[in-house]
Amino acid sequence: MDFLRELWAFMRARKKLWLLPLIVMLVVFGGLLVLAKGSAVAPFIYTLF
Amino acid sequence: MRVLGISAFYHDAAAALIEDGRIVAAAQEERFSRRRHDASFPHQAIDYCLREGGCSLAEVDRVAFYDKPFLKFERLLETYLALAPRGFGSFKQALPVWLKEKLFQKSLITKELARHRPDIDWKEKLLFAEHHQSHAASAFFPSPFDEAAVLTMDGVGEWATTSLAIGKGATLQTIKELHFPHSLGLLYSAFTYYTGFKVNSGEYKVMGLAPYGRPQFAATILEHLIDLKDDGSFRLNLDYFDYCTGLRMTNERFDALFGGPPRAPEALLTQREMDLAASVQAVTEEVVLRLCRSIRQETGLPNLCLAGGVALNCVANGKVWRERIFERLWVQPAAGDAGGALGAALAAHHLFLNQPRTVGPGDGMRGSYLGPAFGTEEIEAALKALGAHYTVLEEPALLAATVDALVKERAVGWFQGRMEFGPRALGARSILGDPRSPRMQSTLNLKVKYRESFRPFAPAVLAEEVGRWFELEAESPYMLLVADVHPDRRLPTRPEDEALFGIDRLKVPRSQIPAVTHVDGSARIQTVHQGTNPRFYGLLHGFFEATGCPVLVNTSFNVRGEPIVATPADAFRCFMGTEIETLVLGNCLLQKEDQPAHLRSHYAAELSPD
Repeated sequence: MDFLRELWAFMRARKKLWLLPLIVMLVVFGGLLVLAKGSAVAPFIYTLF
Repeated sequence: MRVLGISAFYHDAAAALIEDGRIVAAAQEERFSRRRHDASFPHQAIDYCLREGGCSLAEVDRVAFYDKPFLKFERLLETYLALAPRGFGSFKQALPVWLKEKLFQKSLITKELARHRPDIDWKEKLLFAEHHQSHAASAFFPSPFDEAAVLTMDGVGEWATTSLAIGKGATLQTIKELHFPHSLGLLYSAFTYYTGFKVNSGEYKVMGLAPYGRPQFAATILEHLIDLKDDGSFRLNLDYFDYCTGLRMTNERFDALFGGPPRAPEALLTQREMDLAASVQAVTEEVVLRLCRSIRQETGLPNLCLAGGVALNCVANGKVWRERIFERLWVQPAAGDAGGALGAALAAHHLFLNQPRTVGPGDGMRGSYLGPAFGTEEIEAALKALGAHYTVLEEPALLAATVDALVKERAVGWFQGRMEFGPRALGARSILGDPRSPRMQSTLNLKVKYRESFRPFAPAVLAEEVGRWFELEAESPYMLLVADVHPDRRLPTRPEDEALFGIDRLKVPRSQIPAVTHVDGSARIQTVHQGTNPRFYGLLHGFFEATGCPVLVNTSFNVRGEPIVATPADAFRCFMGTEIETLVLGNCLLQKEDQPAHLRSHYAAELSPD
């Protein structure tokens, strides 16, 4: 819950509320990826992420 | 007031402890875990910092983390959105990492801290500084300046890749930034990748390789890859790079532009890679010089502080210094992400908690000797446990014996006092040699460090003598300025020597100190000061008296692919696994020939390439 509150406050402060639909979509989609994949492998060339 | 700074989760995790603005301790996690560039949460580095500070984690007032995960996530999403549907492959890999872990970094950090002290509400104590704010704070607050322009350049933090801030007293105001994907650090890393080296650690090799080549691709880079403005600001042409959407740094267009695919790692180095290295180095220097000139003009400030990974490009720093763009220049010795831990702590202390700052006569890094030290008893106990044969000597006899070993061209492991913070060995965890020996460079590279023969070694020189041996009239205590060997010390080269190409140029003696003179006549200088490292100063002095040369080869005490040694046991293992012939551990002197044969090892072969 803390996390969601902080994320909301962050988006308001940054005036990035327009990112919200994208985040929801990504969370759903990403959740599926996590479930499908089982393990998370970071890109190995450069840790941009 | 105590603040603990932490950097972790990307590369070079570290911890730093400050008390009332004074730096108490700082160390990289890799030195303890023995995993190079270890990015995991720095538990052992934190434990060490607290030990050094004589306090428990409960007595730390604030913990500061060196970047802001939400901002980074914002950049990630916006980048994917802007470039969709390209980048799906990268997105598919990055998103699970974020959704599982990185987005919840605050919880992750509090959980890790709770492993030390579960009874404390860490969320209340935790602060976050921006990545470039951390770099800028690490560059300005320990500097000897009350007021300075602060330039930070690296691969990328959250959004910023280059930033200008103005520091005054205890304040530090960011003036402007260049944002991802336009990054000087990533441009350099793209060429690191393309020339077959490892991104994030091979950049030094590109810099070391550059003098062997000719910058014949510099015009191509400036024409196609980077739109560089007069004030040093720039935009990269993303048509040639893959790092926004793919899992490589460069793409097929880049290959076509430079006439072939990237060099395979460990494949033979050719003149083409040397020319590419020379070209990207020349462009980098031009960007840095233009940025510095415009900053000087715009701010009018006489002092400049540098940090961020690009500030480890000591060749570019040397050019900034030589052009006298600023009257004084100070570079944070831990300019990479490890230094972010220190910067985050200092930013929290001065900027978030509004604590005052004291500017000393010198800088606040204390020679960067901020890591663990070992007393004679501890060293002896470790050596006894290892079965080593050693003698304990008082300082004068110890220095005399070490000078004697150096004069005999022996490779000497030198382990003294507190470990350095940052990537450079500065005479606390060093391998030393006689720079006058024409064989020393290849001996150290091939038999001691097990690394590529083209890589240069750096000189450590008595601070008072630097102007007589190098074209440098300044302090360079952190080995972050490159300057030419003094003309009086250079040897004339024959026309046929000048006509040589590539690695063949290495064989030509260029000065009275060939082991530390690069093929272009330059050297990466460390000035040694009595105030910060009296024993190393004493050793150099002894060598000067014995030989008339106040310079020693100084390279990090490790082999290729391994972090610099941290403990007496690490040092002994490295000693026994390489051709190091003499080891000086505190007051203990060890000679290779005295050691039991069964203790010899070849552990370097087990290490992965760096």
